[in-house]
Order: sequence, then structure tokens, then C-alpha cells
Amino acid sequence: MKTKLEVRHLCYSYHTLEGETQALSDISFDVRDGEFFAIVGPSGCGKSTLLSLLCGLISPEEGEILIDGIGRRDSDAAIGYMLQRDHLFEWRSIYDNVSLGLEIQKRLDEEAKEELRNMLDTYGLSKFKESKPAQLSGGMRQRAALIRTLALKPDILLLDEPFSALDYQTRLEVCDDISTIIRTQKKTAVLITHDLSEAISVADRILVLSSRPGRVKTILEIHFDKAFDRPLLRRNAPEFSAYFNQLWKELKTHD
Amino acid sequence: MTEREDSLFQQEFLEKERYHKTKVCICRVMLLVLLLALWELCASLQIIDAFIFSSPTRIWSCFVKMAGDGTIFLHIGVTLWETLISFLLVVTVGVTAAVALWASRSLAEILEPYLVMLNSLPKSALAPLLIVWLGNNMKTIIVAAVSVAVFGSILTLHTGFAQTDPDKIRLIRSLGGGKRDILFKVLIPSSVPLIVSNMKVNVGLCLVGVIIGEFLSAKAGLGYLIIYASQVFKMDLLVMSIVILSILSMALYQVIAEAEKRFL
Repeated sequence: MKTKLEVRHLCYSYHTLEGETQALSDISFDVRDGEFFAIVGPSGCGKSTLLSLLCGLISPEEGEILIDGIGRRDSDAAIGYMLQRDHLFEWRSIYDNVSLGLEIQKRLDEEAKEELRNMLDTYGLSKFKESKPAQLSGGMRQRAALIRTLALKPDILLLDEPFSALDYQTRLEVCDDISTIIRTQKKTAVLITHDLSEAISVADRILVLSSRPGRVKTILEIHFDKAFDRPLLRRNAPEFSAYFNQLWKELKTHD
Repeated sequence: MTEREDSLFQQEFLEKERYHKTKVCICRVMLLVLLLALWELCASLQIIDAFIFSSPTRIWSCFVKMAGDGTIFLHIGVTLWETLISFLLVVTVGVTAAVALWASRSLAEILEPYLVMLNSLPKSALAPLLIVWLGNNMKTIIVAAVSVAVFGSILTLHTGFAQTDPDKIRLIRSLGGGKRDILFKVLIPSSVPLIVSNMKVNVGLCLVGVIIGEFLSAKAGLGYLIIYASQVFKMDLLVMSIVILSILSMALYQVIAEAEKRFL
């Protein structure tokens, strides 16, 4: 399969008057086209920094990021970014929230509007088009946030612990829901999480980062039977706990 | 909502709430009536000197007399007009300046000590200066009123703007938006409650400023009336002006509170 995203020897430090904090050190990995790639690591290992770099919100100090073989800055690939909370704007209706990206990029023409309406239909939100976000459940809000991201037709989706603000039960359901949508759309996705079972239940491969400064410890391939091809089903699979223990050990060992 | 009858406990709870509300309402009115009656009684029994302390009936008859020839409405109108103009100026200048400070970190840091100084400076000290500079007219009053409210407003709004959820800004940036999008799609809409609550404070401060201005340079207005009344020792007129002023300040506050309820 073709490589979508290449990360080569990435380093990044934060600068304050008190000094320099190295967040990421020599990070290299590839993500294949259509792959669901997860990154796990202890808190403060620079996971979110990595996503900000991939998204282009900040620039790497060393190393490079290539999308389809082209440098991040020169690439015109669209990157969708889902944050930890849905960040739907309370003062906008659901429709105005999902169209925010298109509105900012001044691409909100009739065709795009039609497509948005279709997406709202597909994901069961068309009834709530004119509702305010506060009237929606946590799961529906995440769906709306996903539509807002997908509306820009991203080549790569970056998910920054997108389910961490939800309660456990909702979290399992929304994770199942959202990742199934992403899989059927055949999007390349990079998920960042500290929840090992979440990573195992959705990902094709999992990258383990060490604690600060973040280094690549290992990349784990995840295989499940066809019978377990949904996140909720994967949790029942016999291999699940084996993967979990393997990841747990990787995170625990200090080098 | 279901059409179901409320349970007995719910009815009991509602009954209690209603009783509490009525009680508060009655006590409020009673307190006012009691104070007025006590004042009136003390004045008529000559425990206090009605010439100095005035009395509710004297205030009322003073009001009726001035309402008869319409002069009181002129004074109220002038004060109200000056307050509204200075209020609008404060809101416009306050929001614009706060946005400018938010947009430029350097500008904010350069101006910060000056704003803090101007904010804590007692503005009544400026009024005599303003009269000399701007003359004995409405301009002086409005500038005085604006100066009372505007610096605090800028500081409050700027602090509020700086606390905008950084993740919402990240979201706009990840969607490809620039500073302009952040301003119009996040900063301003998310700050509406802050701006409105700041407006509530400002309308009161503007009234304070207008009265300070009118004390020193005015031919009409409630502040002018108060100074005039104290100089000619018409205490009924003086106390009446203060009463009207209290009603006016409450009304102005209520107008904004009502607008807030309606539109937010």
C-alpha cells in the first residue's frame, strides 16, 4: 500500500524564559494510505505537540513531514483536525457549526451546502440542523464535530483524544461510531490517545512514545479476524488482552 | 412536556416557592413604606427639621410643581441624553481598543501601565481641567463621563478577550482561518456575555461621570439641579433630584438586563 504520511527525524522544543523543554526527539514513522494509525504514550510525552506539527499549526525545528512525498509546507493536502472536546460554538446552530470550515475557506457554495445536508442526513443529524449544540447528546455533538472536519474533505484526519471528554459508556459507543464512519470513508487517520484499549480497538498499527522527550519506542501491528472488525467487537476478541499486555509492557519498560 | 398531573410533593414544593416569593415582595414594599412613613412622621412631629431633611410629601409636591411646568423633564432628559451618548462612546471605544490590544501583544504591553494609571486616577480630578480645555458645555460633561468608564472597560474586556479558549482558536486555525476569522467567529461572539455585563457596569459609571460633569459645568441636568439646590438651600429640590437619580440609574440598568434576557 502507498505511503500517505512520512515523518522523518522530527524534533521539537518549547522555549520559555526559564529554559528549553524538549518535547519530541527524533520521531520517524510512516502512515499508509487508508490506514488507522494510533499513537499512545504517557501524559506529557508530546503527543499533542506531534499533532500540532502534523497539522501545521507549528513548524518543526528539525526533521521533515511529507504528505504524498511532498513537504508539509508545499503540500496542498487538506488535513482535518479533531480536538479533545467537540468545540461546537454554542452561539451557532448545528448547521452553522458544521459549515464553519467551509465558511472560513470561502467554499460554502450551493454544492457544498447540498453535500453538508446529505452528510447530516447520513449521520442522523438532519433533525437537529437548526438546534443549538447544547440540545444534543455528547455522542451527537462528536458526530457534528466529525462532519465539520469531514466537510473539508481532508486527506488525513488527525484525532487528538477526541473521546476523552465523554463518560465511559458514551465513549465506547462514540468511538465505535466515529471510527466506523472513518473506516467506511477510507480516510487515513492518526489517533492520539492515552487509552490503550481504545487504541487497540480502532487501530491498524500503534506507535508507542516514551515519556518526555517523546521518542518512538516501538510500532505494533494489530491484526483481528474479520469477525471482529468493529471497535466494540474487537474488545471481545481473544487477542485483545494479549495486545493490551504487550502495549502495557512497552509503556512500562524504561530504556 | 407531559400532561401528567403534578404529584402532591411537587404541588407542595411549588406552593412553598410561591409563598416565599410573595413574602419577599411584600416585605420589600413594606420596608419602603415604613421608611417613608417614619420620615414623614418625624418631619411632621418636628423631631427632624423638615427644612433641612425635607420629607416625602414636600418632595412629592416639589415634583408635582416642576412636572407641571415641565422643567423637571428637561433636566431628566438632558442627563439621560448625556449618559446615553457617553455610554455609546464608552462601549464603542472600549470594544475597539480592547480588540486592538488583543491583536497586538506589543501594543498591549506598551500601554498597560498607562491604562492602569488612568483607570485608578480619580476622574473627578480631571473635571476642572476639562472645563478649561473644552469650555463650559456638554462636551466637557460627556468627556468626563467617558473618562470615568472607558479605561476600566478596556482593561476588563482585554482581560476577558485574553481568556478566550485557546482550543477554539486552534480549531479555527486548523480549519485554515486567520486572525480575522478568530476575531469575528470566536472572540466577539464568545465575548458577548462579557460585553453585556461590562455594559451594565458602564451605564452606571457613565451616570456617575455625567453628574460629576454637571456639578461643574452645566446649565441643565440633575447634577446641575443638585448643585443649584444646595447653593440656594432648597433641600426638597435636592433630595428630589437624588431620588430621581436613583430611579434613573435603576431603570438604565434594567433596560440592559432586559435586553440581555431578550437577546441572549
